[in-house]
Amino acid sequence: MSSVKVELRKDQIEKIHSFCDAFNNAHGELINVLHKTQSEFGYLPAEVQEVIADRMGLPVAKVFGVVTFYSFFTMIPKGEFPISICTGTACYVRGAENVLAEFKKQLNIEVGETSADGKFSLSCLRCVGACGLAPVVLVGDKTYGRVAPDDVKEIISEYGS
Amino acid sequence: MDQVKLIIDGKMVEVPAGTTVYKAAKVLGIDIPVLCYMDLKDLNIENKPGGCRICSVEIEGRRNLAPSCSTDVADGMVVKTNSMRVINARRTVMELILSDHPKDCLICAKSGNCDLQDMAIKLGIRDIPGQEYAEVSTYRLDTSPSIIREMDKCIMCRRCETMCNDFQTVGALNAVNRGFHAVVAPAFEMNLEHSPCTYCGQCVAVCPTGALTEVDHTPKVIQALSDPTKTVVVQTAPAVRAALGEEFGLEPGTRVTGKMVTALKNLGFDYVFDTDFAADLTIMEEGTELLDRLTKHLNGDKDVQLPILTSCCPGWVNFFEYHFSEMKDIPSTARSPQQMFGSIAKSYFAEQIGVDRKEMVVVSIMPCLAKKYECQRDEFKVDSNPDVDYSITTRELAHLIKQANMDLVNMEDNEFDAPLGESTGAGVIFGATGGVIEAATRTAYELHTGKTLESVDFKQLRGLEGIRSASVDFDGLEIKIGIAHGLGNARKLLEDIKAGNSQYHAIEIMACPGGCIGGGGQPLHHGDSSILKARTKAIYAEDEGKVLRKSHENPYIIKLYEEFLGNPMSEKAHQLLHTHYFERKKKVFEV
Repeated sequence: MSSVKVELRKDQIEKIHSFCDAFNNAHGELINVLHKTQSEFGYLPAEVQEVIADRMGLPVAKVFGVVTFYSFFTMIPKGEFPISICTGTACYVRGAENVLAEFKKQLNIEVGETSADGKFSLSCLRCVGACGLAPVVLVGDKTYGRVAPDDVKEIISEYGS
Repeated sequence: MDQVKLIIDGKMVEVPAGTTVYKAAKVLGIDIPVLCYMDLKDLNIENKPGGCRICSVEIEGRRNLAPSCSTDVADGMVVKTNSMRVINARRTVMELILSDHPKDCLICAKSGNCDLQDMAIKLGIRDIPGQEYAEVSTYRLDTSPSIIREMDKCIMCRRCETMCNDFQTVGALNAVNRGFHAVVAPAFEMNLEHSPCTYCGQCVAVCPTGALTEVDHTPKVIQALSDPTKTVVVQTAPAVRAALGEEFGLEPGTRVTGKMVTALKNLGFDYVFDTDFAADLTIMEEGTELLDRLTKHLNGDKDVQLPILTSCCPGWVNFFEYHFSEMKDIPSTARSPQQMFGSIAKSYFAEQIGVDRKEMVVVSIMPCLAKKYECQRDEFKVDSNPDVDYSITTRELAHLIKQANMDLVNMEDNEFDAPLGESTGAGVIFGATGGVIEAATRTAYELHTGKTLESVDFKQLRGLEGIRSASVDFDGLEIKIGIAHGLGNARKLLEDIKAGNSQYHAIEIMACPGGCIGGGGQPLHHGDSSILKARTKAIYAEDEGKVLRKSHENPYIIKLYEEFLGNPMSEKAHQLLHTHYFERKKKVFEV
């Protein structure tokens, strides 16, 4: 579970309630509610799941079950600068794995994790449609092409670390 | 309803549309093996996630095999349940399931009583090809006061989830994660102790493997029995006598009351008493409380709320403490029979025989797992010494008897010891749904009207329907009674009370299907709900065979009040026999 304890403000709880209510608290809409909530908060900590469960009249275990089943949902907050490495076919054959390994080493985190200072998070994605630039790395909205392991340190330093 | 004709294994069968292939085969006497599937007909519980694929069959014209438990029949369908292809597939499925299952059958709590083991035997599995390359999932052990979760042994059949969520509406368990990390767990993978779990044990009752089992207290009981400095007192719940025989091969519904008493005496218990005695005592307290609240309510006292709810069932108490804590003043304050017994044994009886309560060990034999938790609650301790030391289940008692090389079936009958072994028929029927309120009605009627009941059988209160309503004529005063068994049914009655729509004066609630006879600590029914009916019949037969059938006529209860307690609801009775409830719900970040 999330190691971060979150104290939700009243306006945040009301916001979650409004998402649930927008789908009439229908149990079949749980995934939509979770989508909406994650796009607002960036992730779905335990406390947020409890508010959703309570509002929709579902067991928290059920909400947690859905959150942990779909890889899209995350209980870990994204970093200030989310890093995504493309491991699609083109990037993969051009050495994305080595790039990924270097990011892991430099940041000392695994895929799906966020650095202790909350600055960087690491994820993989499949193809951004720029195979000509393979291997491709995204930091936030900025795209880096033809990335080699040696470039990794410099990319990270651009964001002040 | 439209009828559908199909052919299964070369035989024609006609069944209503919407029937599953599995059930259609049953009509022909073809027993397709199932593992995750479970059908508790009388309780309307069906678990058919189609997850294990053991029940796969071949359907002509379809490329893939289909799970028969969750495939509906169609007109003209041609099904094969035993073709070479099916048999091979079924074996492969079983081998795959077993490849990710521990092989410690010899020392597993479920050994000999395990659906997975039975299936391996049925299919004649002798080796697991590729085991050395197979990925094996592991999970930490979770021990709570009542239930042990050993999820390495889980086969993801989801039966526990169906019981916990659909039938009980407790919502403690759900499948989480995916692939080899998939596991049935409480929210945020906390331990059961930090979940809404009520310890009703219905998950344990339906688990096909050793993934969910009870905490075993038999070693502690054996230790107490072999300690010469301890006076060991045992009490047996009403539902135990109606089911214990099943563990020794007797027909469901065979009563073994007298044999059980002999076995307990032979095991070395110093006093073999009956929880039924405490059930009679419960009626004195709860019945008086009911009349008191009823009289005040009828006299217009706005502070007195009705309905009054029974409080004998610890699973139910855990349920309302978690889900309906704002209503915790509505249930009766009377302790459960188990706890009333412990309290009286370690005060009144200990005084009588001159034994210090710390030198007395009270063991209870219960059909229940929640009782294990209940007897550990702080409010049932005096100077940190519990009123009931160990609570063991019907299944654990059977193990104990077998370990002691005793032949229960051929034992002679014996009587419970006096004074805490004497009971009336009213105490016995506590074991079946509707029984507590019937027992209370027998006493409350006579106390209220001053008249003698012509017939003590209130048949309108009996049955297996999840929610029942009945009214009883108290000499011109109509008393409306509600009964629910299964916590999902209880929830409906509670929502009505919350919304101000309840018209009942009194409501009985039992957490388990059929009441205590279907408790989480009873011999496993393996999905056969006719066993629950047979046990219920046995309970009522025991009641009918009793000379005394009203709690207030129990001579030892009368004596207990004369010598020790004074009157029902007296100050002493309040101190020893009543309790109060707590809010149990905690936010996850508080634990």
